[in-house]
Amino acid sequence: MKESVGTTGLILNEPFLWDKGRKGRCGFSLPRRDVESVPLDEELRGEGPDFPDLSEVDVVRHYTRLSQWNFGVDTGMYPLGSCTMKYSPKTNERQASLPGFAEAHPMLPPSLSQGVLRMMFELEQYLAEITGMDATTLQPAAGAHGELTGMLLIHAFHKSKGSQRSKIIVPDTAHGTNPASAALCSYCSVPVKSNEQGILSVEAIAEVMDEDTAGIMITNPNTLGFFEENSRKIAGIVHAKGGLVYCDGANMNAVMGIVHMGKIGVDVMHLNLHKTFSTPHGGGGPGSGPVCVKKELEPFLPVPRVVKEKERYVLSGDYPESIGKVQAFHGNVGVTIKAYSYIRSMGAKNLKKASRLAVLNANYIKESLKGTLHLPYDRPCMHECVFSDELQKDDNVTTLDMAKRLMEYGFHPPTVYFPLVVHGAIMIEPTETESKEDIDQFIEAFKAIVSEARQNPDLLYDAPRRCKVRRLDEVTAARKPCLAG
Amino acid sequence: MLYLPHTSDEISSMLQVVGVNDIDDLFSTVPDDCRLKSDLNLPEALTEWELNNHMEALSKSMAVSPEYRVFLGAGSYEHYIPASVSYLLSRSEFVTSYTPYQPEMSQGTLQAIYEYQTLTAQLLGMEIATASHYDGATALAESLLMAIRITKRKKVAVSSLIHPLYRQVVRTYFEPTGFEIVELGYLENGMTDIAGLDDMDDLAAVAIQSPNFFGCIENLRAAGEKAHDRKALFIASFTEALAYGLLKSPGAQGADIVCGEGQSLGIPRSFGGPALGMLASRKKYMRSLPGRLVGKTKDLDGKRGFVLTLATREQHIRREKATSNICTNNSLCALAAVMYMASLGGTGIRELAGLNHDKAEYLKKGLKKAGCKIAFKTPTFNEFVVEFPAGFEATCERLMEKNIVPGLSLTPYYPELADHYLLCVTETKSRDDMDALVMEVQS
Repeated sequence: MKESVGTTGLILNEPFLWDKGRKGRCGFSLPRRDVESVPLDEELRGEGPDFPDLSEVDVVRHYTRLSQWNFGVDTGMYPLGSCTMKYSPKTNERQASLPGFAEAHPMLPPSLSQGVLRMMFELEQYLAEITGMDATTLQPAAGAHGELTGMLLIHAFHKSKGSQRSKIIVPDTAHGTNPASAALCSYCSVPVKSNEQGILSVEAIAEVMDEDTAGIMITNPNTLGFFEENSRKIAGIVHAKGGLVYCDGANMNAVMGIVHMGKIGVDVMHLNLHKTFSTPHGGGGPGSGPVCVKKELEPFLPVPRVVKEKERYVLSGDYPESIGKVQAFHGNVGVTIKAYSYIRSMGAKNLKKASRLAVLNANYIKESLKGTLHLPYDRPCMHECVFSDELQKDDNVTTLDMAKRLMEYGFHPPTVYFPLVVHGAIMIEPTETESKEDIDQFIEAFKAIVSEARQNPDLLYDAPRRCKVRRLDEVTAARKPCLAG
Repeated sequence: MLYLPHTSDEISSMLQVVGVNDIDDLFSTVPDDCRLKSDLNLPEALTEWELNNHMEALSKSMAVSPEYRVFLGAGSYEHYIPASVSYLLSRSEFVTSYTPYQPEMSQGTLQAIYEYQTLTAQLLGMEIATASHYDGATALAESLLMAIRITKRKKVAVSSLIHPLYRQVVRTYFEPTGFEIVELGYLENGMTDIAGLDDMDDLAAVAIQSPNFFGCIENLRAAGEKAHDRKALFIASFTEALAYGLLKSPGAQGADIVCGEGQSLGIPRSFGGPALGMLASRKKYMRSLPGRLVGKTKDLDGKRGFVLTLATREQHIRREKATSNICTNNSLCALAAVMYMASLGGTGIRELAGLNHDKAEYLKKGLKKAGCKIAFKTPTFNEFVVEFPAGFEATCERLMEKNIVPGLSLTPYYPELADHYLLCVTETKSRDDMDALVMEVQS
């Protein structure tokens, strides 16, 4: 194989902030004091936090060193399944940091905030168009927050019909957050198994759907990377009993411009702007989880909503059936600006092309690693493919061992041990922004690791040795938690 | 397209490996009746340079400093952000990584969040803090749900001087649960009326915001004692984290859970988000906390390292029994906050918080001299309520034409408070800015 990108770089040690502090330093240009000091009542005054005092150089070096212990999409391929770690275009960062956006107060009157209101209004329309739905809210802060919003909308819908329901169907190929989101709305989730093809069967849903079931949460494409082919018929069954269909749209990156979610019976769905629409994930957020709905759910959307009146944009709270608010202000606007910029840069043609190439990349990996790794469902996949460690059993090597060894070759590991339906799952989502060369290197690295597993498994058990730290003791971390220094 | 690297030759050779003739064939599992039949109706793609022009035009219509002097606070505050913080925060190793599921490759994010948890706990006077929540409002909703889980009671008392939009979020979260919210009224001095608590039984929690929505500093100790008398947990909420550079921390006044908004700590306002939900508690409630936690541990060689921990509380293990459904949170905002707190240091945060307080006092005095009434006597931090002469709305319009946004009208939130405005002064307002406002109000 070509020389691997993994190497041993110079990694510097760095103590805690508080071990670097020296009283009397400061890393902040304190504004001029142009007013006199007015002492605050002794009783109210505290001692102030005992933060370390650091110079600007101290702070800059500290976080620069820490950043070098991290791996991001800009560092290399990051094929985490169901996370859509595509490249985050730099122009989007620029747009979001324009002073007019970054410094805008959320309670400015609409007359002084037309620009951001227009951006929000248009983005809502674009997302509705891309999904084939009728209306959008940008308020939810992340995917799971979008799920919660969706559940609240379904709950409000049934309440308005005077028929409260207690259950919700959640298939085994749905995202892990789905049952927790449903539980926050007091719904009891009814698990349903996928069939031997890795998708939902019409019969399985018909069996459990009844008039006490509020609806179904389908992840489509699902976490095995398959399109739920029966979703239209399943929606028919759910609708016939008065239920609603929620689609977890985290995997929308596979089907932009290809699938019309409205047509297949979806009533409400969320999108992850930090997946499909290229906004960076920030090491765990901030994300953004807009929710798109069909007409019948629009009256329940969170307030305020951006409304266009003639040529002006206003914020309206006049929706008596609204569920209320899921964030204090208007959602993660800074993130939505990046997604807006992405859609404007791509246009319809390139969004569709992105989905097509994402699917091509995933299928290329699937075909190239089939045989090297066990492929439990051998059929065309969408944005991701799921292998297992079945073939490595005889070598006593697990998915985790291979994942850790992959780091030493210079790749972030795929999602591992998820979805739960595949034992020892290795879930690979390359996204469209990886080139053939990078994917080829990844494939070669995986093949090399599998052969090492046979010949010298110690290399895998000991991995990683080239990162800042070796494998960590997670058991003690949880048994005797130390959460602050 | 810049972000799509495939050449047509590469596509052909990849298709060959896959064993199909066309990319269309890969979508054979999508039934015909699920397909979009026409092209998406979206505006034509822009070049990078066209996008710059378009976005600059949109952003220029927004009222921001230095062209505008905005005296709005109410949960979103204008503070200076050092260039070093913005610069460090744009390091792509932080920006373009995922939630640190593979700790060996994510030690940067993990140590930084551990440091954030530590400094947050110090600021709020608590023992532990979570890795971050979406915003102050959702952190409050999750804190109340946490108290309900701990006490197994179903009723909470919430001050009517908690940010009205936070209360709206709490109502939305509580709607399908059947849990009850009782609102505590307020007194003439601008503080929460806690006398009503004496008659309430079966409370899971009492939640008070300080400084409250009127800017007034609450007597947290008294409220906490009353809550504890009722065997309820005491939750202290806040919208202006900087206040605790100067004020007694909620932890020092008996709070069991402290939650609020950390936007003031180095995060741009961005029309309200992304923000930073901060949540801290006493150690004994650790296993009931919602959201992510970073813990310190050791690697195989005994070297210090960090991991996401106590995952058994979380949705991917506990599913419907999880303490929260949070997955992606606001990690990068927490990073901004710790960089900001580190830049200020203990000495700096005290000085800056003091300056905010003193500037607000200066404006208070000026407005009083100009004949306006300061609505509440209780001491404040950097926000206060002014009762303007009747019909101030017209003055407000005139001021906006002069690029001054004088504050937030409280009437939509508290209909009994006609002509009452909430004003905020931070270190970004100079004496001249404040004098200009006073002069305009007078004229």
